[in-house]
Amino acid sequence: MLPRIGRIQRRRRDGPEIWTIEIEPEHGAAAFVPGQFNMLSAFGVGEVPISMSGDPAEPGRLVHTIRAVGPVSSALARLEPGQPVGLRGPFGSGWPMEEMAGRDVVIVAGGLGLAPLRPTLYPLFGERARYGKVVLLYGTRSPGDILFRRELERWRRRLDIDIEVTVDHAGVNWRGHVGVVTALIPRAAFDPLQAIALVCGPEIMMRFAIAALRNVGLADDAIYLSMERNMKCAVGFCGHCQFGTVLICRDGPVFRYDRLRDLLAVKEI
Amino acid sequence: MQVYGLDRTIREQPFFAGLQEAFCMLVCGCARNVRFEAGQYLFHEGAPAEEFYLLRHGRVALELHGPERGSVTFQTLGPGELAGVSWLIPPYRWTYDARALTLVRAIAMDAACLRQKCEEDHHLGYEMMKRFMPILIERLQATRLQILDVYGSPGQ
Repeated sequence: MLPRIGRIQRRRRDGPEIWTIEIEPEHGAAAFVPGQFNMLSAFGVGEVPISMSGDPAEPGRLVHTIRAVGPVSSALARLEPGQPVGLRGPFGSGWPMEEMAGRDVVIVAGGLGLAPLRPTLYPLFGERARYGKVVLLYGTRSPGDILFRRELERWRRRLDIDIEVTVDHAGVNWRGHVGVVTALIPRAAFDPLQAIALVCGPEIMMRFAIAALRNVGLADDAIYLSMERNMKCAVGFCGHCQFGTVLICRDGPVFRYDRLRDLLAVKEI
Repeated sequence: MQVYGLDRTIREQPFFAGLQEAFCMLVCGCARNVRFEAGQYLFHEGAPAEEFYLLRHGRVALELHGPERGSVTFQTLGPGELAGVSWLIPPYRWTYDARALTLVRAIAMDAACLRQKCEEDHHLGYEMMKRFMPILIERLQATRLQILDVYGSPGQ
């Protein structure tokens, strides 16, 4: 439960209010699996859960992407290289990397939801032959809000990955798709009978994305999503992140959809 | 080289997939092939909705414009999709602009012709409605998501 100390190595602006920070842990690397999160603390301000957004093959360089909206996330985003940050983790369940082997992989990300999915992309692209078709569908607010834009542009040049980006609205200079990310799902080339889907983004967007994935034939046990709630202790003690019968920090944040199917529509939780 | 008749082209459109032969012949009577260069407008806001378009090739942006924002694209369409639904409902006027982003090849359907045939044969009219309704519902749901601005900061 006690935080370790890390030092900010780099800090980069990745969009309006979005910052990516790289942290070097002082007491060695902390291996993680894609989908897990750390509790990061800005000393004297507070602690928040933030997903890993970097390459799991580089555990000595922890990468987190933060939307600077509250006092803690804003304080974290303001930290300069060399300044200390508190680290607890990694916590939680990861994306089903082993189950993805040999299958088509469809990744549906919305807004900042691309950050927790990025750690899956490095092994997916690095060991491309292990997987069937790989499709990344990303939706965000406007062209200026596209996260990891340079990386997306670099990945799009590969011939063995389908990447489609759409925005909710755009000016006349934008040449790409405009519309919701769910509209890209029926047009994407993958075999729904043997595909596995990873979904991350605002919860409303995830519900629509799951409906679209089911419409094209994906089974409920082939869809995974990453949930977000008010996580405090990160180890299942405090109950702040209780979501019906599950605790997001302990049982998640990555869940197979059939486990949450009946809970997602219950607004009271 | 294979030469396709318009009827065959229409049958290949996802929108008309599985349409009965007799209905297909009726629909073909209202159709023609059209082409738009990149930058050309398929239709303008406020103009009479005399035709709608089934896109065969290329991409189209649906736009609205305001005095301080300029043109804002709220949806793009590609092959197999349909541009224009205002021809279905009075007063039959476009409520946005449609601009070709690339060279566009499409089937233009004469709206008055199709409306008249639907009036004369309600089975055809019902068939058309069954094909249009999912598109309208899909666009309504997409609009809800866009209005909610789900990617914005919480509380914004």
